[in-house]
Amino acid sequence: MKFSEYLKYLLIGTGFGFVLVKSEVVSWFRIQEMFRFQDIHMYGIIGLAVIVGIISVQIIKRKNMKDAAGNPITIPPKDPSQVTRYIVGGAIFGLGWALLGACPGPMFALLGSGLTIMVIPILAALAGTYTYGVLRDKLPH
Amino acid sequence: MLDFLYQPWPWYIAGPIIGLTVPILLLLGGKMFGVSANLRHACAACNFGNVEFFNYDWKTAGKWNFTFLIGTVLGGFLGGYIFANPEPIALAASTIADLQALGIQDFNGLVPDDLFAWEMLGTGVGLTVLVLGGFMVGFGARYAGGCTSGHAISGLSDLQLASLIAVIGFFIGGLIMTFFIYPIILG
Repeated sequence: MKFSEYLKYLLIGTGFGFVLVKSEVVSWFRIQEMFRFQDIHMYGIIGLAVIVGIISVQIIKRKNMKDAAGNPITIPPKDPSQVTRYIVGGAIFGLGWALLGACPGPMFALLGSGLTIMVIPILAALAGTYTYGVLRDKLPH
Repeated sequence: MLDFLYQPWPWYIAGPIIGLTVPILLLLGGKMFGVSANLRHACAACNFGNVEFFNYDWKTAGKWNFTFLIGTVLGGFLGGYIFANPEPIALAASTIADLQALGIQDFNGLVPDDLFAWEMLGTGVGLTVLVLGGFMVGFGARYAGGCTSGHAISGLSDLQLASLIAVIGFFIGGLIMTFFIYPIILG
């Protein structure tokens, strides 16, 4: 990867982190509010993000658009027949999301905002990821 | 203009910008937006014990995403430190009342000091929220094959049924935690 490529991803990531904070998606309070269905805030954000995503992905697919390097854009499909992994894995993720009030992106954005304690949940999330890798063959998918 | 950088952004501004991350990454390098993949790549970079799930060329798969993640930290610094909103979050009054009933007292920042502080690590509540919470996010994201960005944003953007099922799973877990388990933890 060339330096200019790194710079592009760094800038997009910076924009993403900035919006996560400005939209308060990183806030434990907003997550508690969301799971209590007490405000439109989080639903509006996720809903509009998905609508913009759907429209743009459809355009990219229908026009067979290529990426900046000229390669065709392909999106690998996920196997929907593995219902167990999505429901059980998803529910475990959801338990953690509501408990910690942050999913992976916000964990890192919060760290950047000066909340040094986020090092602990990040390390714990790495441990969780590693544990899944070890147990993977024994888990139903 | 500077006011706009300090103030919180309404959902109808922030939502579309977050959604645009998907086509920007696709058009730029054919990359699929997903933050939790970085946690897997980090495990692959170390891979103590030679676990098969982490045996792959993480550099090819993950360099761009690590760079994106460093940017996310930087964006958090800009948005939450340099241009930090000095006001408390304008939460729904009902949420504030519910959380106060659970014993949360600090509503000033992005997260409550009652839970997110180094000294909380010495308490059962702090350990549960910070360590168990983080662990379940990491474990669950990989088990489900993605997190909020990979499934709820990217996957739904591509109309993937698997991602819809995963998002339903996120909410099953989140609602159980919010209504049944959190009141016990904070009780």
